[in-house]
Amino acid sequence: MSDLQSQDFIRISASTMTPPSARSHEDQVAKLIDVSRCIGCKACQAACMEWNDLRQDIGHFEGSYQNPDDLSPSVWTLMKFAEYENEQGNLEWLIRKDGCMHCADPGCLKACPAPGAIVQYANGIVDFVSDKCIGCGYCVKGCPFDIPRISKVDHKSYKCTLCSDRVSVGLEPACVKACPTGAIMFGSKADMTEWAGERIEDLKSRGFSNAGLYDPQAVGGTHVMYVLHHADRPSLYSGLPDHPQISPVVSAWKGILKPLAMIGIAAAALAGIFHGVTEGPNEVTEKDEEEGERALNETEKTP
Amino acid sequence: MSRPNTVIVRYTAVNRVNHWITAICFVLMVLSGLSMFHPMLFFLSALFGGGQWTRAVHPWIGIVLLISYLGLIIQFWRENLVEREDIEWLKQAQFVITNEEENAPEVGRNNAGQKIVFWSMTFLIPVLFLSGLVIWEVYFGEATSIPVQRAAALIHSLAAVAAIIVWVVHVYAAIWVRDSMRAMTQGYVTPGWAWRHHRKWLKELASDPQSKHLIRKRP
Repeated sequence: MSDLQSQDFIRISASTMTPPSARSHEDQVAKLIDVSRCIGCKACQAACMEWNDLRQDIGHFEGSYQNPDDLSPSVWTLMKFAEYENEQGNLEWLIRKDGCMHCADPGCLKACPAPGAIVQYANGIVDFVSDKCIGCGYCVKGCPFDIPRISKVDHKSYKCTLCSDRVSVGLEPACVKACPTGAIMFGSKADMTEWAGERIEDLKSRGFSNAGLYDPQAVGGTHVMYVLHHADRPSLYSGLPDHPQISPVVSAWKGILKPLAMIGIAAAALAGIFHGVTEGPNEVTEKDEEEGERALNETEKTP
Repeated sequence: MSRPNTVIVRYTAVNRVNHWITAICFVLMVLSGLSMFHPMLFFLSALFGGGQWTRAVHPWIGIVLLISYLGLIIQFWRENLVEREDIEWLKQAQFVITNEEENAPEVGRNNAGQKIVFWSMTFLIPVLFLSGLVIWEVYFGEATSIPVQRAAALIHSLAAVAAIIVWVVHVYAAIWVRDSMRAMTQGYVTPGWAWRHHRKWLKELASDPQSKHLIRKRP
């Protein structure tokens, strides 16, 4: 999706240019997912399918409420169900709506080699522009959250758009609209952070002393945030990364290596050119030919 | 200069065809690979029909390159075995670089520089192939974990840059040392060329009755 004007881009994949940035006062948006209020009804999943016209093939029962079992090119959000036995020996059913986190510093965009295939809007939404996607799968390697999925049909990468098409005309994302308990909220990032604070206070007063907001700073913060009862251990929630960051391997590959490689190759070529114009060619002389012929003939004559 | 009437066959037709298949594949790999490596070179993908085509065709050319290079390894590994005199030649390499080759030790069929090119590519091309398989999204996207794919992408880029630099040196040396190119295009060198650059090889050839068929009238 990219129906928004190009001026709203603040980051463009595989671009060495600064995107148009005059309109700098756009509000940062955020989706707040309050895990403690989620009842696991999957209305958000259904709404996502409905709005984005996605239909996953019917799969197999995997022994869990989680269905389908994983994100896919046509599953952009997924309720993940984890059973956790707490210190008191009680079962906690930790249900987390998984999907793109819309990082402020997106690893997918950093890794993408196709100009303009991944963009970040001024409001913080990270979006894939499908017609420019080349299907290389670099975004999969760049993402710290294991979100993008490459289609085997059209070789394009897909993930949650945060309903950028809806947001651009002042609507909330489809999942937010459908949530019956108010577990998914949408608004400015400042408002969502403030609202999360109230929720966390409430949770703490009810015995969840480690309740907190998941807005990991190593990726610059995210535009999808969670209120977690166990914010000290995000990985309890079906493997939500405890310390997400763009892998140093990806940073090296997409950072320092690019200029170094260009300089290295150019230096090798320039060294050749300047050796050529200073030392000149290494040519066979007439004397070499005589000596060569003689070496060949000499031995021919010896019996 | 007097045109010598005798020439020496340096590369057979099979050698040459195999070499040029490899060369064409390598150039295509460099162009398509660089387009996916640096944004400023993305325009090179247009040569292959766009980004999707570039992404799709790059690994297949890589397979042809690997098979083709295996052919070169089979044909050339023996003459590239490292010997004691190679070290000596490398120590005297400054004479070669300043076009005072007569001060460097006599060289057999290949000099140490040529051997370095051969063994570098013999190492780098399989590394590129294996790391490339790991990041071949269409068929192997789910075969390995994401951290393994990240490492493979970095290794693939590093090996590619190294291979490109080795290739630049290889191409420049072929231009700089005049008439070397003809050995790989038409197959033969003159006795003077052999005397100047590979004197030990020339002497071995001249004294070996088995090699008589390699010495021919100029075509």
